[in-house]
Amino acid sequence: MSRTVLLVGTRKGLFVLESDADRQKWSMRGAYCEGWPIYHAVFDRDSGAIYAAAASEWHGSSIWRSPDLGETWTQSSEGLAYEDGRRMSKVSSLSAAHGRVLVGVEAPGIFESRDEGATWAPYSMLDGQPGKEGWDDPANQPPGHLGISAITSDENDPNRVWAIVQGNSLFETTDDGTTWTPRNRGLRADWPREHEEVGFCVHKVVWSRTDPQRMYQQNHVGMHRSDDAGATWTEITEGLPTEFGFAAAAHPHDRDTFHVIPLDPGHGRTMPDGQAAVWRTKDAGSSWERLANGLPQENAHLGVLRHGMTGDTYDTPGYYFGTSTGQVYATADDGESWSEIASYLPAISSVEVAVLD
Amino acid sequence: MADVHLPTTLTPLFAGLPRRLDLEAATVDDAIGRLDAQWPGLRDRLCDPSQGVIRQHIHVYVDRERAGLDTPLEPRSRVDVIAAISGG
Repeated sequence: MSRTVLLVGTRKGLFVLESDADRQKWSMRGAYCEGWPIYHAVFDRDSGAIYAAAASEWHGSSIWRSPDLGETWTQSSEGLAYEDGRRMSKVSSLSAAHGRVLVGVEAPGIFESRDEGATWAPYSMLDGQPGKEGWDDPANQPPGHLGISAITSDENDPNRVWAIVQGNSLFETTDDGTTWTPRNRGLRADWPREHEEVGFCVHKVVWSRTDPQRMYQQNHVGMHRSDDAGATWTEITEGLPTEFGFAAAAHPHDRDTFHVIPLDPGHGRTMPDGQAAVWRTKDAGSSWERLANGLPQENAHLGVLRHGMTGDTYDTPGYYFGTSTGQVYATADDGESWSEIASYLPAISSVEVAVLD
Repeated sequence: MADVHLPTTLTPLFAGLPRRLDLEAATVDDAIGRLDAQWPGLRDRLCDPSQGVIRQHIHVYVDRERAGLDTPLEPRSRVDVIAAISGG
């Protein structure tokens, strides 16, 4: 029977939740990584290893690796440093595919490891891209800045990688990081921009597993959909309670079904009216429905960050999200009903799932 | 031999690294280098490799005086490496 493994990154270490294919009963183990703040943890399907991007206020940034689902760990940051004197405040995002691991860091840049995380080397600093002069300015790097807030490797093409520079843009390379192209046409920005192609606040991008042309994006201002692999975007916010949010997940088998968690856009950045809900479209954003069965509907001021939601690949898919107040909620029936599978974790920064045979 | 004391946050990261050990070293930098030779990667946990300085929230004291990488060590110096206050 399949094992369902959740990797939950928190402000105080990594936790692993595990269930079977039914996804009804969950066990939990951790905290791993010596309680270091985890920004993102992923499962490498090639090697079966867990990688966790962690940044300690005391001991700096490092990538932790477990080859055995958390039983043993090593960490290394050898080579994970700028040689030009720029400070690396944190490691923010990971992608493991094609026998290598990519890590996005702040100040913005991407490093890679081809020896299972033992050593690291620069992959790309997105040199020459519009806006780079701004994102390297320390004035634009507040303490919480993530730099490269997300990296996605194309599952079929090792030369194709997507990266989000927080507060700036989505970029794509098709030549393994040599050149990049901004992929933001059609996005909305409610502020002045210095460059035509960049200056957008891209929070989260997810891909359809069944149609590589179909992408969804939660932006600082609005939900968007692309039907041409990011070349152009169309806004699909209408019908959602707010235009702001971070977390999103696409259906594994249906290109038109997609989930998002809208948040209030002010300082709070929690679910509107203290009522927890996931919103779903089944028609590519033409209409939205509110999913809240089993989620708290009173005094539930929950926040979910950009790496905080994911979905599995079962025929009847499950979805999972972790909150900034330490709860993990899960559905095993495609969003129809939800339950709280962890209640008292530290603030959650990332949730990823793996289905293991 | 300098008498070196390490923080509890450091020792779990490196197999066999003790809380306290004696080191023959001319400076703080030299001492960290000797630790790194035996436990590869340890320097990066105490120093920022981009800046070449002791990390912001790691404090090093030599004979109870705040020290930097170039602070000399006497044969009987006591070196305290502290993970400084970081939240409450």
